[in-house]
Amino acid sequence: MASSIRTESEAVGFAPLSGRGEAAGWQDHPILLRLISIALFAGIWEIAGRIPVSFAFPTFSDTIIAFFGLMADGSLPSAYLSTLQPLLLGVVLSAFIGVGLGTLCGLWRTGEWLAIPIFIVLQAAPVAAFIPMVTFVYGIGLTAKTLAVMILALPVIVLNTYKAVRNVNESLLVMCRSFLGTRWQSVTKIILPDASPVIFAGLRLGVAAGFVGVVLAELLITPTGIGDLITFHRSRADYAEMYATIGSIIALSTLTLVFLQWVEVRIFRPEKRGA
Amino acid sequence: MRSAVLRKEPPPMPAPVDSIVEVRDISKTYGDVEALRGIDLDFPRGKLTSLLGPSGCGKTTLLKIIAGLIEANAGTVTVDGKPVSGPGPERAFVFQDFALMPWATVMRNVAFGLELRGVNKTEREGKARHYIGEVGLAGFENKYPHELSGGMRQRVGLARALSVDAEVLLLDEPFSAVDEQNRRKFQEDLIRLRTNQNKTFIFVTHSIEEAVYISDRIVLLSPRPGRVSQIIEPEIDRSGDPERIHRDQHYLDTVDEIWQGLKQYVE
Repeated sequence: MASSIRTESEAVGFAPLSGRGEAAGWQDHPILLRLISIALFAGIWEIAGRIPVSFAFPTFSDTIIAFFGLMADGSLPSAYLSTLQPLLLGVVLSAFIGVGLGTLCGLWRTGEWLAIPIFIVLQAAPVAAFIPMVTFVYGIGLTAKTLAVMILALPVIVLNTYKAVRNVNESLLVMCRSFLGTRWQSVTKIILPDASPVIFAGLRLGVAAGFVGVVLAELLITPTGIGDLITFHRSRADYAEMYATIGSIIALSTLTLVFLQWVEVRIFRPEKRGA
Repeated sequence: MRSAVLRKEPPPMPAPVDSIVEVRDISKTYGDVEALRGIDLDFPRGKLTSLLGPSGCGKTTLLKIIAGLIEANAGTVTVDGKPVSGPGPERAFVFQDFALMPWATVMRNVAFGLELRGVNKTEREGKARHYIGEVGLAGFENKYPHELSGGMRQRVGLARALSVDAEVLLLDEPFSAVDEQNRRKFQEDLIRLRTNQNKTFIFVTHSIEEAVYISDRIVLLSPRPGRVSQIIEPEIDRSGDPERIHRDQHYLDTVDEIWQGLKQYVE
């Protein structure tokens, strides 16, 4: 009878092996796959540009050349210098205020009643419509643009954080209490790490919305930075330059989101590393 | 009657026993459901007492009241003469669903009770390492809970409770989420662990076999409302091979007796 009993170390020994077995084959080279995917995208773009789909649609190669041209003459770096100010300010403020406010609303009933309905309305509203109002109140400077970033980024960050904190694993909270954890310890050591995947999902959405906000502000409030560069090249029918500018901000936004994911796994959820 | 000392309620005290936990007239209602009524119990120091009964008899509620995680509507619990008003350092809890932090390694999970008490890292990890070895998980310190089997996860839960040096360990159906083979292995280990830990164990289970196998004392609770119906002290020699207990005549008789007593509550 003893021989039929499966030992626990065996059970664990099998688990990682089977995981590795499934990944064998062409899926084993994710980097290669990603490169192929990018090459395919560039190829289709190139063909579409050469047909051409529209006289205002440049080829991939022209766009890349235009990108290096914009880098070389300094217009793209200087545009980013001015765009990044309201963007960074707005995103960082939204992240801290959003996570703080969301946590507070998740923990404190009165806060929930006061703040959550506002953010639900804000999230549902076409907030770009507020931008003229923001300009009316705060003028055309940095404040107005930062606010434009924040009204787009903040609601989703607050609401995600709030939901994550509300749905925290109850049994971990009881565990923390039974081992004499204080309220503060239960927030920092249980609630925030447990909520971090959903909080970070909100941060990613919020940062993406922040990019939308800053471009909208630069197109609608005053033409500066990237918004200005897009408008300028469109007015001169330099479509390759226009696409290069648009492409660069999409790339920057994507890289920022990837970086956020890296931070999350690195700092808050180490068990997901390599999973 | 040969196999166990069987007493009807109320239990007359035999010789003066050194009780570490005393439960006096505990009642608890949830809304209009009466979970516990007038529970009076003593838990002798250094013994393993099981709370056994069908579902709905309030055994987990009673354990959580002793733990200070639930407040009773009436009555008192004292540990070492001090009344319980919440969780305390002299009690440690082992959870049915393990309650491990998925983002923390075995090491951090086991040391978590000490971390919450502000013990410095070197000291708490030294202690945690000792108890990780004690429950048979040496070598798994840097694994995450999702990399462990159910049985191993509960060993982490047990090591966490052991490492805070509590005198009383409260175990809430610790093996119910563990598969049968691992459960038996774990029960054997628990018997071994008890002999060298010298702690008081209060153990909630719905398995008659499990209760008889590991307990010095079994408190049978009857359901709706939960009351003490019997106290049984199986006199089983656990010094030898733990496998042998399953074939022990006293063991088998006691299991049967308890089943006869509980049958009436099972629909």
